[in-house]
Amino acid sequence: MEYTNKGNKPTKTGFGEGVLAAAQQDNRVVGLGADITNSVGMNLFAEAFPNRFFSMGIAEQDAVATAAGLALSGKIPVFSTYGVFAAHRANDQIRISVCYNNVHVVIGGAHAGVSVGPDGATHQALEDIAAMRVLPNMTVISPCDATQAKIATEKAILECTGPVYMRFGREAVPDFTDENQEFKIGKAQLMRDGTDITIVATGHEVWEALEAAKTLEQKGISARVINMHTIKPLDGEILMKAANETRMVFTIEEHQIAGGLGGAVAEYLSENHPIKVVRIGMDDRFGESGQASELMHKFGLDAEGIVRRVFTELGK
Amino acid sequence: MIGLQGLEGKAKHIRKLILTALAEAGSGHTGGSLDLVDIFTVLYFNHLRHNPQNPLWEGRDKVVLSIGHTAPVLYATLAAAGYFLEDEMLTLRKLGSRLQGHPSYEFRLPGLETCSGSLGQGLGVALGMALAAKMDGPSTGSGTVNRIFCIMGDGEQQEGSVWETAMAAAHHKADNLCAIIDRNRLQIDGGTEKVMAIDPLKDKWTAFGWHVIEIDGHDLSQIQMALEMADKEQGRPTVIIADTIMGKGVPSIEDNNQWHGKVPTKEQLTDFLNELS
Repeated sequence: MEYTNKGNKPTKTGFGEGVLAAAQQDNRVVGLGADITNSVGMNLFAEAFPNRFFSMGIAEQDAVATAAGLALSGKIPVFSTYGVFAAHRANDQIRISVCYNNVHVVIGGAHAGVSVGPDGATHQALEDIAAMRVLPNMTVISPCDATQAKIATEKAILECTGPVYMRFGREAVPDFTDENQEFKIGKAQLMRDGTDITIVATGHEVWEALEAAKTLEQKGISARVINMHTIKPLDGEILMKAANETRMVFTIEEHQIAGGLGGAVAEYLSENHPIKVVRIGMDDRFGESGQASELMHKFGLDAEGIVRRVFTELGK
Repeated sequence: MIGLQGLEGKAKHIRKLILTALAEAGSGHTGGSLDLVDIFTVLYFNHLRHNPQNPLWEGRDKVVLSIGHTAPVLYATLAAAGYFLEDEMLTLRKLGSRLQGHPSYEFRLPGLETCSGSLGQGLGVALGMALAAKMDGPSTGSGTVNRIFCIMGDGEQQEGSVWETAMAAAHHKADNLCAIIDRNRLQIDGGTEKVMAIDPLKDKWTAFGWHVIEIDGHDLSQIQMALEMADKEQGRPTVIIADTIMGKGVPSIEDNNQWHGKVPTKEQLTDFLNELS
């Protein structure tokens, strides 16, 4: 299947559009901002529904607890800030007030991955998937482009009933998926079929994996590409099929290789279908400043890095 | 409305339920649970708009117990108010019980509005409930905007997140929110002013834009008056700083922080129950 880039667009923009679309359909949707409302794409909602938007200031712990209280009273709160602050600063509030209460709060974690760029390590969320997916009741979604981010956000708000963490990026990246795509939370998408190896990607890395697969094909390696847009609940079925039909599974994410997508896939396959799993991502280190593309390249997270790693692992 | 004598009787009964349940459980927090009894009694029997026969009645006011470790006072008051049978108090902290060591929302215990136990979160949750109630306007059930009450500890004032919410609640003019601070001046390591000074507490809350009322937390009429004043206040939230004595009602353990996280033995229980009268 061929994918074409409709033009670069940040996934945070898709998130913002999704929040607005959901809010237009359901007046229970309320928003909370932590000073960086525009930067995380919530401005569309805040401008359209000023009476349903709460400015909470630079106070993430309170914002999350307040969101839980709103949810306990029948609202559908959407709180967005940078992933580093949402998942880590307010982690205890998410664990207790949101997850233990099992209330429907949608948390948007912006600025995921090293592609945040020049802001550097403090603002690049690289452990948020790990921190969120271990929490009981939590759903973790990481859409691959702006179009998918919009669809996923709308569904997360209108169809989920418990806590949701959504992750998206800052950089304008290829927007390539179909706006009429079939998208089901918890059901991964087969983006490209292949018979030799499988690349399981999430977020921005789906495009990179598809580009890598093209190069690999030219070199005689048939790579299957899976878009694991939902990391929890993990789609085990598609992984079992990949483990049965291809001989090695690679995971690729803008996240630590411990605890994130790679961790989740390795846990699942080691229990259900042991096969070699190679995790590509950040290996126990922080990011740094630089242009998004420079950083993706430096850490081997671009298509070229994926190809190189596949060759190494296949002994070519 | 119940007269003072009636309230005193209720309070004594709730203390008895708490002590009996804690002795049966073999672990838990006696001191704080006992010192909040007078406040809970006035709140549930003379102030809240609620309906124990219809716990989810949409016109209800809500109570958030931010200091989850004092769960026994909440459970005992709910039972005494008729939300569930008092016999269930004997399941406190036991396997499968709805009366978890710290309140759990998972079991949908009638009258319980949220889980709690990690200090510093309850006020934020209460603010969310207050904002939702203000958005919804006067409830069709009661004809008024629902009120939210949040019970906090004094040691809990050391949590930074309390002050995030203090700022936010004033900013959003949450005048249907009333916080009550259990100022017993004790925490696990000792006196609050020795562990981490929180005074001048009134000045702090005033500076954050709150309507502050200081009362004797064991004087039923002062509690009643403070709640009525909170109700009338418009444009800003109210905090009631209630001076209390840890372990109140059982003189032999009063004002002793050893009783923060200790429970009576079966033998002590008889003596303590006698001390109540």
